[in-house]
Amino acid sequence: MRNLIIWIALAAGLIVLPNVLSFSQQEVLVFLTINILLVASYRLLTLTGEWSLGHVVIMGVGAYASALLTKTTGLPVPLGILAGGMVAALIALALSYPLFRMKGFYFLIGSFAAGEIIRLLWKRFRDPFGGTKGLKGIDPMPDFSVGFYNFDFFEPTSYFYFAAIVVGVCLWILWRIEKSPVGLTFHAVHWQDKLAQASGVNLRAYRTLAFVIASGFAGISGALLAHYIGTINPNSFDVEVMVFVLTWAIVGGTSTFYGPILGCVVLTILNEVVLRELGLEQTRPLIYGLILILSILFMPNGLESIVQKFTRRKEAGLMRPEEAK
Amino acid sequence: MTSLLQVKDLTMRFGGLTAVDGLNFKVEKGTIHGLIGPNGAGKTTTFNMISGFYTPSDGAVLLRGEDISGLQMHEVARRGVVRTFQHSTLFAELTVLENALVGTHMPFRPNIFAAIFGWDRDDRDGADARARDALRFFGLGDLMNEHAGDLSHGHQRALGMAVAYASHPDIILLDEPFTGMNPEETKHMMGLMKRLCSDGITILLVEHDMQAIMGLCDNITCMSFGKFLAEGGPAEIRNHPAVIEAYLGGARHVA
Repeated sequence: MRNLIIWIALAAGLIVLPNVLSFSQQEVLVFLTINILLVASYRLLTLTGEWSLGHVVIMGVGAYASALLTKTTGLPVPLGILAGGMVAALIALALSYPLFRMKGFYFLIGSFAAGEIIRLLWKRFRDPFGGTKGLKGIDPMPDFSVGFYNFDFFEPTSYFYFAAIVVGVCLWILWRIEKSPVGLTFHAVHWQDKLAQASGVNLRAYRTLAFVIASGFAGISGALLAHYIGTINPNSFDVEVMVFVLTWAIVGGTSTFYGPILGCVVLTILNEVVLRELGLEQTRPLIYGLILILSILFMPNGLESIVQKFTRRKEAGLMRPEEAK
Repeated sequence: MTSLLQVKDLTMRFGGLTAVDGLNFKVEKGTIHGLIGPNGAGKTTTFNMISGFYTPSDGAVLLRGEDISGLQMHEVARRGVVRTFQHSTLFAELTVLENALVGTHMPFRPNIFAAIFGWDRDDRDGADARARDALRFFGLGDLMNEHAGDLSHGHQRALGMAVAYASHPDIILLDEPFTGMNPEETKHMMGLMKRLCSDGITILLVEHDMQAIMGLCDNITCMSFGKFLAEGGPAEIRNHPAVIEAYLGGARHVA
């Protein structure tokens, strides 16, 4: 019951939110929504203990796939977004064969190399990828009406609602996976792969599964991005963006589901809204970097550790009557 | 009739060093079989070959007559051979119950689509019940929500066995299960192993605690410097001249 109220309040908050923001802030909000899915899918991969540097490129695979499919085959955009996710997952499956011969640091470097190869392919082949200029005039979401609300996708507000629903569903699925026996097995593979294997866990299969699922959702986030901004190029998905994903995950903390999302929200608001409002346009990266260093120095367990401090206390408070029984 | 587990001319070479050299022994179903020998005799290497952690350089491991040498560890496990590890190898960051739940991976194989839509209620309940049973069996029923890393050493060893037991194995390989236990805990653990055995689970164990080995095993294989030395019941092994020589050194050279 209490949970239901919280969810309704959250939904109401999200519906009102874009209406109190300026136009540029609404745009930031759409990107933020898409990035939340990106970083949440990244966390699923890190559950098995592997950190990839190719996640953003995989997101780009979804973006290119959806953009090209809708353009050339006339596939409706919503189906294109799904197809983008599937193509990204399939590419990840193919990449997993060479990549999962490596572990840890070597996997990190290998995933970076694989990502750069994909980016070079986009640059090299003007047909169909558009070369360095990328793809332009990507089909936008067709406008439609659901009776009480008209979706007009030139408005960031409408696209925010659409993206929030898609991302919400995806987050729900990611959450269900993590809280399932499959999620537990991912943890097991991370912490003691030998013991997990002795319990009959096929390590390679589970690492691949996490990589493929994470990539699929990254692909969906990429497709959402492509159909919003309407133009993508290889540099939209370069390693600089990947560094942002890493900082969101690290500053937020990766031991909980909400950690990376929290990191993404807080850092984006800080970078795009607070620092801009303060008129610090020139020194923005400097201050952003400073905040990163300070937060890692003083919050090594991430922003989530602050949240945990409060929820733990609440849990401890709830435990006591039970113990008294 | 074929034995449950048979090791045939098993050999492991690490570069120029032959750690295990043409080892042969059989483990019969429903028995507790001990593998002993002085330090460096190759016991753990033998374990690693049986469980699929190493691929033998030569020879074969036969499970019910089927050659399982060279299979990966999870494939060996799926055929019913589950091992524990020498040190307290556990998922220290997970709770005791979650550790045991990982152990139920084989009888209750997770399915990702069922998990998303919640169609796996029965499996989850079954796995949960199985994990709790295994924990209670090893006396960990009160510690289910503790983190495995916070347990005492004896409890950690017990948890290692509970994880193995939760997977419904036909044969458990225990690598030094009594290390770090006081005599009382050892005695308690011996009782549990006998119960496991009467449950129909075959046990193969490597151990240095001679009292435990002698009190527990139906059959003992002794090896030294990678080679087979002697085999027999506890009484035979205790008085076997070759075994005594291997442990205490040859008396005849002294004089």
